[in-house]
Amino acid sequence: MATVRSDLLYQDEIDGGKHWSFTLRRGTVLRLIDREGGANVGMLFYNPANLLERYNAPDTLKCQYTFKLTAGHCLYSDMGRVFCSIVDDTAGWHDTVCGNSTKSMVAERWGRRSYQEYRNDWTQNGHDSFLVEAAKYGLGRRDLAANVNWFSKVRTEQDGTLVFDPEGARAGAHVDLRFDMDTLVLFHTCPHPMNPAAEYPRKPVSYELHRGDPAAENDPCRTSRPENGRGFANNHLYHLCG
Amino acid sequence: MTRQSTLSPDTAVYRKTVPAGDYWIHVVKAGQVFRIVDLEGNQAADTLFYNAADPAERYSAIDTIREQRNVYLGVGTRLMSTAGNAMLEIVADTVGRHDTLGGACSTESNTVRYALEKKCMHACRDSYLLAVAEHEEFGLTKRDITHNINFFMNVPVTPEGGLTFADGLSGPGQYVEMRACMDVIVLISNCPQLNNPCNAYDPTPIEVVVWDAAA
Repeated sequence: MATVRSDLLYQDEIDGGKHWSFTLRRGTVLRLIDREGGANVGMLFYNPANLLERYNAPDTLKCQYTFKLTAGHCLYSDMGRVFCSIVDDTAGWHDTVCGNSTKSMVAERWGRRSYQEYRNDWTQNGHDSFLVEAAKYGLGRRDLAANVNWFSKVRTEQDGTLVFDPEGARAGAHVDLRFDMDTLVLFHTCPHPMNPAAEYPRKPVSYELHRGDPAAENDPCRTSRPENGRGFANNHLYHLCG
Repeated sequence: MTRQSTLSPDTAVYRKTVPAGDYWIHVVKAGQVFRIVDLEGNQAADTLFYNAADPAERYSAIDTIREQRNVYLGVGTRLMSTAGNAMLEIVADTVGRHDTLGGACSTESNTVRYALEKKCMHACRDSYLLAVAEHEEFGLTKRDITHNINFFMNVPVTPEGGLTFADGLSGPGQYVEMRACMDVIVLISNCPQLNNPCNAYDPTPIEVVVWDAAA
């Protein structure tokens, strides 16, 4: 898929097991890079102008007839609008149905490493990470919904059984998200809740912010499905009316 | 897998028919058994659960899917909360499979899925929003309308990562039954969807039935 990135505006790296948040303006492209392979980036999206509008994984999946997220897909809010679209993806499969790691899950699988003992090498979990970032904007546990897990591949067998595929996350893989409306982004680099690694996987993630081009009429994400054309039409109305 | 219930509606403490396009909100107590009957077949019952003592703890589709390691719901599935607690367990089911990936329809998602002109057609999330507005005693708002269960819906996932909407497995009189592990607020939108062939474009009533723990 053709790149829509132009100027590099900012770059940074987040260690594994950490969390952060920012508001990305419409037209920004966020590139996430799995530096070492095996990374996971949990992510949630909200409309900063109306925090009751948030990422809706079921709407995203059913309107595009997909279980996985990859290039050509749009990420929808519960209001029928496109927060961002996946304009490039070298990983090929991202999960949005398995949710988050929790404190008890991390302790059970990898042992509990407290902050008191290990300082910043403690074993943080995805759920608590989201609660912290959400609270910075007046949001709480009632506002958390199904998140994206970038770089994590979970497929299903014929009977619906979930299978976590560690081969899904390769070193150097990246995914580019073009933001099609202003979006509050909460994210963490805590392990995927189904990661079977023997040790707490502490994988760094690089990210870059680029200036991007808005979706043209023939944009591959807009045209990949007729549904997405209508999603972009909803965005158009939103930007006309607010 | 299917399993018949041993309970008779004659011993129920509560029975009510919910027409298509209506909502139903009700507290089911720990230990009570709660049944939803698909009276005419291939109807979707879009259902949410909240801990009655702390509605900020609620049904979580993603935690339920992950903890049982399967995308389909059926007999033996424990319906998990956002806090990692079992809220209810499916104890009988004559259908064999229910969906929790597809979410509830909304006027906005109808514009995307079907046509921009569909925007004012009645949808499940409108029913949910009317329910929380008319029942302020529960303290719920739009932020509490999260990812639900679609009882009687069949949404197969392919190994390649596709999602399909198949003909329903349900039929007239089929039911699903669950035992509550805590006091739960049950919020159902009996789906009014007119655009989806899953119900042959004909939304129909459901029945809800509750038995006491001793039944």
